[in-house]
Amino acid sequence: MILRIVGLAILLATSLVAGELPDGVKVGDLAPTFSLKNVDGRMVSLPGSLGSQQGAILVFTCNHCPYSVKYEDRIIALHNEFAPKGYPVIAINPNDTTAVPEDSFDNMVKRAAEKGFPFPYVMDDTQAIAKAYGARRTPHVFVVSKQKKGFVIEYIGAIDDQPNDATKVEQSFVADAVQALLQQQTIATTTTKAIGCTIKWKK
Amino acid sequence: MQQTLIALALLLSPMLCFGQVRPLTLDSLFDRLDRGGDTIFVVNFWATWCKPCVVELPYFDKLYSRYKDQPLMVVLISLDELQSIDKVRSYINAKGWKPPVYLLDEEKPHEWIDRVDSTWSGAIPATLFVRPRSGKRVFYEREFSWSSLETTFRTFLEGDGK
Repeated sequence: MILRIVGLAILLATSLVAGELPDGVKVGDLAPTFSLKNVDGRMVSLPGSLGSQQGAILVFTCNHCPYSVKYEDRIIALHNEFAPKGYPVIAINPNDTTAVPEDSFDNMVKRAAEKGFPFPYVMDDTQAIAKAYGARRTPHVFVVSKQKKGFVIEYIGAIDDQPNDATKVEQSFVADAVQALLQQQTIATTTTKAIGCTIKWKK
Repeated sequence: MQQTLIALALLLSPMLCFGQVRPLTLDSLFDRLDRGGDTIFVVNFWATWCKPCVVELPYFDKLYSRYKDQPLMVVLISLDELQSIDKVRSYINAKGWKPPVYLLDEEKPHEWIDRVDSTWSGAIPATLFVRPRSGKRVFYEREFSWSSLETTFRTFLEGDGK
Protein backbone atom coordinates (compact mmCIF):
# COMPACT_ATOMS: atom_id res chain seq x y z
CA MET A 1 0.00 0.00 0.00
CA ILE A 2 2.80 2.38 0.93
CA LEU A 3 4.48 1.47 -2.35
CA ARG A 4 1.30 2.33 -4.18
CA ILE A 5 0.98 5.69 -2.45
CA VAL A 6 4.61 6.50 -3.15
CA GLY A 7 4.10 5.36 -6.72
CA LEU A 8 1.05 7.56 -7.08
CA ALA A 9 2.93 10.50 -5.60
CA ILE A 10 5.75 10.03 -8.09
CA LEU A 11 3.27 9.76 -10.92
CA LEU A 12 1.46 12.90 -9.80
CA ALA A 13 4.74 14.76 -9.46
CA THR A 14 5.86 13.78 -12.96
CA SER A 15 2.51 14.57 -14.51
CA LEU A 16 2.64 17.99 -12.87
CA VAL A 17 5.94 18.59 -14.58
CA ALA A 18 4.36 17.76 -17.92
CA GLY A 19 1.32 19.82 -17.02
CA GLU A 20 3.44 22.91 -16.39
CA LEU A 21 3.83 23.48 -20.10
CA PRO A 22 1.21 26.02 -21.13
CA ASP A 23 -0.93 25.35 -24.19
CA GLY A 24 0.38 28.42 -25.96
CA VAL A 25 -1.36 30.31 -28.72
CA LYS A 26 -4.16 29.30 -31.07
CA VAL A 27 -4.86 30.48 -34.59
CA GLY A 28 -6.43 33.94 -34.31
CA ASP A 29 -4.57 34.88 -31.12
CA LEU A 30 -2.20 37.84 -30.92
CA ALA A 31 1.40 36.76 -31.48
CA PRO A 32 3.44 37.04 -28.26
CA THR A 33 6.08 39.75 -28.64
CA PHE A 34 9.77 38.99 -28.19
CA SER A 35 13.24 40.46 -28.36
CA LEU A 36 15.95 37.81 -28.80
CA LYS A 37 19.64 37.81 -29.66
CA ASN A 38 20.51 36.95 -33.23
CA VAL A 39 23.66 35.14 -34.37
CA ASP A 40 25.02 38.53 -35.52
CA GLY A 41 24.85 39.77 -31.92
CA ARG A 42 21.93 42.15 -32.53
CA MET A 43 18.48 41.86 -31.02
CA VAL A 44 15.62 40.77 -33.26
CA SER A 45 12.16 41.63 -32.05
CA LEU A 46 8.56 41.14 -32.91
CA PRO A 47 7.05 43.49 -33.83
CA GLY A 48 10.01 45.91 -33.79
CA SER A 49 12.22 44.25 -36.40
CA LEU A 50 9.42 43.60 -38.84
CA GLY A 51 9.07 47.25 -39.82
CA SER A 52 6.80 47.43 -42.83
CA GLN A 53 6.67 43.63 -43.33
CA GLN A 54 3.25 42.04 -43.62
CA GLY A 55 4.08 39.16 -41.33
CA ALA A 56 6.66 36.52 -40.56
CA ILE A 57 7.31 32.80 -40.60
CA LEU A 58 8.54 31.92 -37.09
CA VAL A 59 10.34 28.57 -37.03
CA PHE A 60 11.30 26.98 -33.71
CA THR A 61 14.30 24.93 -34.75
CA CYS A 62 17.82 24.06 -33.64
CA ASN A 63 21.18 22.68 -34.73
CA HIS A 64 21.11 19.14 -33.39
CA CYS A 65 17.69 17.75 -34.32
CA PRO A 66 17.85 15.62 -37.50
CA TYR A 67 14.34 16.73 -38.45
CA SER A 68 15.46 20.36 -38.22
CA VAL A 69 18.49 19.55 -40.35
CA LYS A 70 16.29 17.80 -42.94
CA TYR A 71 14.28 21.02 -43.22
CA GLU A 72 17.13 23.59 -43.28
CA ASP A 73 17.20 23.94 -47.06
CA ARG A 74 13.42 24.13 -47.21
CA ILE A 75 13.40 26.87 -44.54
CA ILE A 76 15.97 28.82 -46.57
CA ALA A 77 13.78 28.38 -49.68
CA LEU A 78 10.71 29.66 -47.79
CA HIS A 79 12.62 32.78 -46.75
CA ASN A 80 13.96 33.38 -50.25
CA GLU A 81 10.49 33.06 -51.73
CA PHE A 82 8.47 34.96 -49.17
CA ALA A 83 10.78 37.55 -47.56
CA PRO A 84 10.58 39.77 -50.69
CA LYS A 85 6.78 39.47 -50.48
CA GLY A 86 6.66 40.57 -46.83
CA TYR A 87 6.94 37.28 -44.92
CA PRO A 88 10.55 36.71 -43.78
CA VAL A 89 11.62 33.71 -41.71
CA ILE A 90 12.79 34.17 -38.13
CA ALA A 91 14.39 30.97 -36.80
CA ILE A 92 14.30 30.56 -33.01
CA ASN A 93 16.36 28.02 -31.07
CA PRO A 94 14.50 27.20 -27.83
CA ASN A 95 16.68 24.39 -26.48
CA ASP A 96 18.45 24.22 -23.13
CA THR A 97 22.08 24.33 -24.21
CA THR A 98 23.21 22.55 -21.05
CA ALA A 99 21.19 19.54 -22.20
CA VAL A 100 22.31 19.95 -25.82
CA PRO A 101 25.69 21.73 -26.14
CA GLU A 102 25.37 21.38 -29.93
CA ASP A 103 22.64 24.02 -29.75
CA SER A 104 24.81 26.61 -27.94
CA PHE A 105 24.91 30.19 -29.21
CA ASP A 106 28.44 29.70 -30.59
CA ASN A 107 27.31 26.61 -32.48
CA MET A 108 24.28 28.51 -33.80
CA VAL A 109 26.67 31.15 -35.17
CA LYS A 110 28.70 28.39 -36.84
CA ARG A 111 25.68 26.62 -38.33
CA ALA A 112 24.18 29.86 -39.64
CA ALA A 113 27.50 30.64 -41.35
CA GLU A 114 27.92 27.11 -42.79
CA LYS A 115 24.44 27.10 -44.26
CA GLY A 116 24.45 30.80 -45.13
CA PHE A 117 21.12 31.39 -43.37
CA PRO A 118 19.62 34.45 -45.07
CA PHE A 119 17.31 34.98 -42.06
CA PRO A 120 17.84 35.76 -38.36
CA TYR A 121 18.60 32.76 -36.13
CA VAL A 122 17.90 33.83 -32.58
CA MET A 123 18.26 32.19 -29.19
CA ASP A 124 15.34 31.91 -26.78
CA ASP A 125 17.64 31.46 -23.82
CA THR A 126 14.95 31.72 -21.13
CA GLN A 127 12.59 29.50 -23.18
CA ALA A 128 9.83 31.99 -22.35
CA ILE A 129 9.00 32.58 -26.01
CA ALA A 130 8.72 28.87 -26.84
CA LYS A 131 6.40 28.52 -23.84
CA ALA A 132 4.35 31.59 -24.81
CA TYR A 133 3.79 30.19 -28.31
CA GLY A 134 3.30 26.61 -27.10
CA ALA A 135 6.13 25.24 -29.23
CA ARG A 136 6.57 21.54 -28.49
CA ARG A 137 9.15 20.28 -30.94
CA THR A 138 11.68 21.29 -33.55
CA PRO A 139 10.84 22.25 -36.20
CA HIS A 140 7.53 23.88 -35.23
CA VAL A 141 6.23 26.77 -37.33
CA PHE A 142 4.00 29.73 -36.48
CA VAL A 143 2.99 32.01 -39.36
CA VAL A 144 1.92 35.49 -38.22
CA SER A 145 0.42 38.36 -40.20
CA LYS A 146 -0.08 42.03 -39.44
CA GLN A 147 -3.67 42.97 -38.68
CA LYS A 148 -5.18 46.14 -37.22
CA LYS A 149 -4.81 44.85 -33.66
CA GLY A 150 -1.23 43.65 -34.17
CA PHE A 151 0.48 40.50 -35.39
CA VAL A 152 -1.92 37.57 -35.36
CA ILE A 153 -1.28 33.81 -35.48
CA GLU A 154 -2.45 32.45 -38.84
CA TYR A 155 -0.95 28.95 -39.04
CA ILE A 156 0.65 26.51 -36.57
CA GLY A 157 2.40 23.28 -37.43
CA ALA A 158 4.48 21.45 -39.99
CA ILE A 159 6.36 22.93 -42.93
CA ASP A 160 5.00 20.31 -45.34
CA ASP A 161 3.68 16.76 -45.47
CA GLN A 162 6.92 14.94 -46.29
CA PRO A 163 9.82 15.36 -43.84
CA ASN A 164 12.00 12.66 -45.35
CA ASP A 165 11.99 13.60 -49.00
CA ALA A 166 11.47 17.14 -50.24
CA THR A 167 10.88 15.85 -53.78
CA LYS A 168 7.76 13.94 -52.65
CA VAL A 169 6.00 16.87 -50.99
CA GLU A 170 2.33 17.10 -51.96
CA GLN A 171 1.17 19.73 -49.49
CA SER A 172 3.40 22.67 -48.58
CA PHE A 173 1.44 23.87 -45.57
CA VAL A 174 3.50 26.95 -44.71
CA ALA A 175 3.94 28.10 -48.30
CA ASP A 176 0.21 27.53 -48.96
CA ALA A 177 -0.72 29.51 -45.84
CA VAL A 178 1.49 32.47 -46.80
CA GLN A 179 0.23 32.37 -50.40
CA ALA A 180 -3.34 32.50 -49.11
CA LEU A 181 -2.48 35.48 -46.88
CA LEU A 182 -0.82 37.28 -49.80
CA GLN A 183 -3.90 36.70 -51.94
CA GLN A 184 -6.21 37.62 -49.04
CA GLN A 185 -7.81 34.21 -49.19
CA THR A 186 -8.77 31.83 -46.40
CA ILE A 187 -5.99 29.45 -45.33
CA ALA A 188 -7.18 25.92 -46.14
CA THR A 189 -5.18 24.15 -43.41
CA THR A 190 -4.43 26.26 -40.34
CA THR A 191 -2.94 23.64 -38.03
CA THR A 192 -1.01 20.43 -38.63
CA LYS A 193 1.01 18.02 -36.55
CA ALA A 194 4.50 16.78 -37.33
CA ILE A 195 7.12 14.42 -36.01
CA GLY A 196 10.05 16.20 -34.44
CA CYS A 197 12.48 16.39 -31.55
CA THR A 198 11.11 17.41 -28.18
CA ILE A 199 12.21 20.84 -27.05
CA LYS A 200 14.83 20.30 -24.34
CA TRP A 201 13.41 22.23 -21.39
CA LYS A 202 15.62 23.49 -18.59
CA LYS A 203 15.39 21.32 -15.48
CA MET B 1 -5.09 -16.65 -18.44
CA GLN B 2 -5.26 -19.28 -21.16
CA GLN B 3 -6.97 -16.77 -23.39
CA THR B 4 -4.20 -14.32 -22.71
CA LEU B 5 -1.64 -16.89 -23.74
CA ILE B 6 -3.48 -17.67 -26.95
CA ALA B 7 -3.83 -14.00 -27.72
CA LEU B 8 -0.15 -13.47 -26.99
CA ALA B 9 0.84 -16.42 -29.14
CA LEU B 10 -1.28 -15.13 -32.00
CA LEU B 11 0.15 -11.72 -31.59
CA LEU B 12 3.73 -12.77 -31.20
CA SER B 13 3.95 -15.42 -33.87
CA PRO B 14 5.17 -12.95 -36.47
CA MET B 15 7.28 -11.13 -33.88
CA LEU B 16 9.45 -13.84 -32.47
CA CYS B 17 12.31 -13.71 -34.95
CA PHE B 18 14.93 -12.20 -32.72
CA GLY B 19 16.75 -9.20 -34.07
CA GLN B 20 14.28 -8.68 -36.89
CA VAL B 21 12.89 -5.28 -37.69
CA ARG B 22 9.91 -5.23 -40.00
CA PRO B 23 7.86 -2.43 -41.47
CA LEU B 24 4.44 -2.08 -39.84
CA THR B 25 1.49 0.07 -40.85
CA LEU B 26 -0.73 1.69 -38.23
CA ASP B 27 -3.64 -0.45 -39.47
CA SER B 28 -1.64 -3.60 -38.72
CA LEU B 29 -0.61 -2.25 -35.33
CA PHE B 30 -4.19 -1.39 -34.32
CA ASP B 31 -5.41 -4.71 -35.67
CA ARG B 32 -2.92 -6.56 -33.48
CA LEU B 33 -3.80 -4.43 -30.47
CA ASP B 34 -7.50 -5.17 -31.05
CA ARG B 35 -6.78 -8.90 -30.94
CA GLY B 36 -4.61 -8.51 -27.84
CA GLY B 37 -7.31 -9.34 -25.27
CA ASP B 38 -6.15 -8.88 -21.72
CA THR B 39 -2.57 -8.03 -22.57
CA ILE B 40 -1.24 -4.62 -21.58
CA PHE B 41 0.62 -3.16 -24.51
CA VAL B 42 3.33 -0.60 -23.93
CA VAL B 43 3.99 0.88 -27.37
CA ASN B 44 6.99 3.18 -27.51
CA PHE B 45 7.61 5.50 -30.48
CA TRP B 46 11.31 6.25 -30.97
CA ALA B 47 14.01 6.76 -33.60
CA THR B 48 17.73 6.09 -33.79
CA TRP B 49 18.29 9.84 -34.32
CA CYS B 50 16.36 10.82 -31.18
CA LYS B 51 18.75 11.06 -28.24
CA PRO B 52 16.24 11.01 -25.38
CA CYS B 53 14.54 8.03 -27.06
CA VAL B 54 17.65 5.87 -27.14
CA VAL B 55 18.40 6.85 -23.55
CA GLU B 56 15.08 5.41 -22.36
CA LEU B 57 14.95 2.30 -24.60
CA PRO B 58 16.89 0.12 -22.11
CA TYR B 59 14.15 0.83 -19.54
CA PHE B 60 11.56 -0.63 -21.91
CA ASP B 61 13.74 -3.69 -22.38
CA LYS B 62 14.05 -3.99 -18.60
CA LEU B 63 10.30 -3.61 -18.12
CA TYR B 64 9.71 -6.40 -20.64
CA SER B 65 12.13 -8.72 -18.84
CA ARG B 66 11.12 -7.88 -15.31
CA TYR B 67 7.37 -8.32 -15.84
CA LYS B 68 7.51 -11.48 -17.92
CA ASP B 69 4.97 -13.09 -15.57
CA GLN B 70 2.47 -10.30 -16.21
CA PRO B 71 0.28 -9.96 -19.31
CA LEU B 72 2.63 -7.34 -20.72
CA MET B 73 3.80 -6.77 -24.27
CA VAL B 74 6.35 -4.08 -25.05
CA VAL B 75 6.50 -2.98 -28.68
CA LEU B 76 9.14 -0.57 -29.96
CA ILE B 77 8.11 1.35 -33.07
CA SER B 78 10.86 3.21 -34.86
CA LEU B 79 10.01 6.36 -36.79
CA ASP B 80 13.24 6.21 -38.75
CA GLU B 81 12.85 6.46 -42.51
CA LEU B 82 11.93 3.23 -44.27
CA GLN B 83 15.18 3.51 -46.25
CA SER B 84 17.06 3.35 -42.91
CA ILE B 85 15.67 -0.06 -41.94
CA ASP B 86 19.11 -1.72 -42.12
CA LYS B 87 20.53 0.93 -39.82
CA VAL B 88 17.72 0.23 -37.32
CA ARG B 89 18.36 -3.53 -37.62
CA SER B 90 22.06 -3.25 -36.92
CA TYR B 91 21.38 -0.80 -34.08
CA ILE B 92 18.90 -3.16 -32.44
CA ASN B 93 21.09 -6.23 -32.96
CA ALA B 94 24.06 -4.48 -31.38
CA LYS B 95 21.97 -3.64 -28.32
CA GLY B 96 20.38 -7.07 -28.07
CA TRP B 97 17.03 -5.74 -26.87
CA LYS B 98 14.31 -8.33 -26.51
CA PRO B 99 11.03 -6.55 -27.25
CA PRO B 100 9.88 -6.70 -30.88
CA VAL B 101 10.93 -3.73 -32.98
CA TYR B 102 9.05 -2.38 -35.99
CA LEU B 103 9.62 0.45 -38.35
CA LEU B 104 6.49 2.49 -38.95
CA ASP B 105 5.46 2.17 -42.58
CA GLU B 106 3.49 5.40 -42.89
CA GLU B 107 4.05 8.65 -44.73
CA LYS B 108 2.47 12.02 -44.03
CA PRO B 109 2.84 12.40 -40.25
CA HIS B 110 0.20 15.16 -40.15
CA GLU B 111 -2.36 12.49 -41.08
CA TRP B 112 -1.37 9.62 -38.83
CA ILE B 113 -0.20 11.33 -35.58
CA ASP B 114 -3.82 11.91 -34.49
CA ARG B 115 -4.65 8.25 -35.16
CA VAL B 116 -2.21 7.25 -32.42
CA ASP B 117 -3.47 9.88 -29.99
CA SER B 118 -5.22 13.21 -30.38
CA THR B 119 -3.08 14.78 -27.62
CA TRP B 120 0.22 13.91 -29.34
CA SER B 121 2.01 16.94 -30.80
CA GLY B 122 4.32 14.61 -32.75
CA ALA B 123 7.41 15.00 -30.57
CA ILE B 124 9.21 11.81 -29.58
CA PRO B 125 9.74 9.91 -27.39
CA ALA B 126 6.09 9.07 -26.88
CA THR B 127 4.50 5.98 -25.33
CA LEU B 128 1.04 4.45 -25.44
CA PHE B 129 -0.21 2.15 -22.66
CA VAL B 130 -3.28 0.22 -23.79
CA ARG B 131 -5.25 -2.80 -22.58
CA PRO B 132 -7.62 -3.87 -25.34
CA ARG B 133 -10.08 -5.87 -23.20
CA SER B 134 -10.82 -3.09 -20.73
CA GLY B 135 -10.33 -0.35 -23.32
CA LYS B 136 -8.03 1.47 -20.90
CA ARG B 137 -5.62 3.71 -22.76
CA VAL B 138 -3.09 6.30 -21.60
CA PHE B 139 -0.71 8.25 -23.83
CA TYR B 140 2.46 10.05 -22.74
CA GLU B 141 4.46 12.53 -24.80
CA ARG B 142 7.45 12.50 -22.48
CA GLU B 143 10.65 10.81 -21.50
CA PHE B 144 10.69 8.09 -18.86
CA SER B 145 13.28 7.21 -16.25
CA TRP B 146 13.32 3.57 -15.14
CA SER B 147 11.41 4.40 -11.96
CA SER B 148 8.80 6.55 -13.70
CA LEU B 149 8.26 3.87 -16.35
CA GLU B 150 7.88 1.09 -13.81
CA THR B 151 5.58 3.21 -11.65
CA THR B 152 3.46 4.15 -14.65
CA PHE B 153 3.16 0.50 -15.68
CA ARG B 154 2.30 -0.69 -12.16
CA THR B 155 -0.25 2.07 -11.71
CA PHE B 156 -1.80 1.13 -15.05
CA LEU B 157 -1.84 -2.55 -14.05
CA GLU B 158 -3.19 -2.03 -10.55
CA GLY B 159 -5.64 0.67 -11.49
CA ASP B 160 -7.26 -1.69 -13.94
CA GLY B 161 -8.89 -3.97 -11.35
CA LYS B 162 -6.62 -6.90 -11.96
